[in-house]
Amino acid sequence: MNAEQFRIWGARATRWSVLGCITFFLAFPFGWMLITAFKRTGDLYDLKHNPFVFYEAPTLEHIHRLFAETHYNQWLLNTAFVGVLVVFITVLLAVPAGYALARLTGNWGEKLGIGIFLTYLVPPTLLFIPLSRVVVNLHLDDSLWSLVLVYPSFTVPFSAWLMMGFFKAIPKDVEEAAMIDGYSRLGAFIRVVVPISLAGILTVAIFSFTLAMQEFVYAVTFISSVRNLTVSVGVPTFLVHGDVYFWGSLMAGCFIASVPVAILYNFFVDRFIAGFTAGAIK
Amino acid sequence: MDSSAQIKPAAANPVRARRRAASILDREGWLGPLLISPAILYIVLLVGMPFFMALYYSVSNTTAGSETMAFVGLRNFANVIGTPNFQTALKNTFTFALLSQVVILIFSNALALALQNDFRGKRLIRFLILLPWVAPISIGTIAWLWIFDSTYSVLNWTLRMVGAIQGQGFMWLGVPHLAMGSIIAVHVWRQLPLATVILLAGLSSIPKDIHDAAAVDGAGFWRHFFQVTLPLILPISLVVLLFGLVFTFTDMIIIYNLTRGGPYDTTQVLASLAFYTGIAGGDLAEGAAISLFLFPLLLAVALGFLRIARRTEVT
Repeated sequence: MNAEQFRIWGARATRWSVLGCITFFLAFPFGWMLITAFKRTGDLYDLKHNPFVFYEAPTLEHIHRLFAETHYNQWLLNTAFVGVLVVFITVLLAVPAGYALARLTGNWGEKLGIGIFLTYLVPPTLLFIPLSRVVVNLHLDDSLWSLVLVYPSFTVPFSAWLMMGFFKAIPKDVEEAAMIDGYSRLGAFIRVVVPISLAGILTVAIFSFTLAMQEFVYAVTFISSVRNLTVSVGVPTFLVHGDVYFWGSLMAGCFIASVPVAILYNFFVDRFIAGFTAGAIK
Repeated sequence: MDSSAQIKPAAANPVRARRRAASILDREGWLGPLLISPAILYIVLLVGMPFFMALYYSVSNTTAGSETMAFVGLRNFANVIGTPNFQTALKNTFTFALLSQVVILIFSNALALALQNDFRGKRLIRFLILLPWVAPISIGTIAWLWIFDSTYSVLNWTLRMVGAIQGQGFMWLGVPHLAMGSIIAVHVWRQLPLATVILLAGLSSIPKDIHDAAAVDGAGFWRHFFQVTLPLILPISLVVLLFGLVFTFTDMIIIYNLTRGGPYDTTQVLASLAFYTGIAGGDLAEGAAISLFLFPLLLAVALGFLRIARRTEVT
């Protein structure tokens, strides 16, 4: 083996060991959820057992218990309810805003766009204290509507920014042709630009949904009764502090709430990153 | 001016009628603000207004139950700064942010370089790598709670198996320095995917002929890395660092779910302390004061972003 070959093999081995170790670190907790969720209770809590091996046949008892004996079902429904309404509000506000930023507001639109993007960086931890008072004053405390009201405050800025990028990529001729055909500027936007931007709007919808689903700080602040929680708060607060020997159901709940949404998100992540870093990376 | 001339045929000709409506909706000076103002209004009401409320709370004596509010000047800040809780939290915030960012930068660069070229199975590996970031973090953290469990920790079991420890093993979340280490590990786990993907996006924007030119010039791996790749990825790493700092300074979810700030407040950070003081403790004013200490940090990061945005515009 000559030096050149040696070097190539060395590089390849380094790359695969880096990939292997880090990927294992990142994916392991999800695999661990899966193993735990299907292990029988006796098998799970026997310290003499190898935790990676199934000594007894896998079981569905934990998943059954999760749905039959906890509020998990209700939390999933609550999450879907909040998510859908947040998506609706976000699309309604962010799509026109993105179009205005891309086409109609000229030079100050650019600055306004950066301003809107920066509000995305204002974190819940700075706002949750005053917002908790606002929510009480509106009599929305302990109600899912408080989340519907507040979540667009972080989905709209980012979505408007993302839509701006999409609209900028559409050639101006498209609207000009439509306006020559007799549409107003607004008509051209609604009838011609929006239909060809459905991919962008879908991306924004998916992100808003997943961001709403992941949110924790506002939900833990505003919601107090078990029945009104979302999955991302219900699982860590109410399931954890129940029964000590509840890890099987808990991990089943974690897996069901995280991996399907992760798969959905995965399809759109490149667009998300492109929007995230636009302006910062070229 | 010729509107009277347009009105008559408008009734007869639908295209003309549309034209007339168009004359109002065509004016970009009106339409732009019309389309953008609902979003702006929403952001002003739900981000801007609460922000100024937070400023006001921090100089008042308001609590969760009270209806009245009196101006107390900088008393909250003075009170807060004096407490050992706050000083610990401030110190922990920086330890947590800086250590985790160093580890994230090193790992994400290594990972991005390893993922740069195409190979079989890359899509699957990318999906696995992205999991911690795309799954809800509060839920991912619970898996770690199980991994760090005091009795059934799989980490302790593995260490026992390879003979590194004997007996019960580590209390991952129960011992001061170890707890901070565990928190940082989980935070790295959560943020590494985002950092890697941003770096990959940046790496793919570097023209390939730069690398080819360096290869032609006979640069070896390390020389190539330090003189070509590193200068090119530094600006992207800066973006990663800025995003990372924002999310690290303001995060309390991992700490809330794993240690609740314990043991003995050794993992309490500003964000979690603000939560425990303002929401759990009901002292809105002091909580707001604590969370406002985050603001200068965030402002610095935002200014960093603006500088980068401006620089890329020029080039």
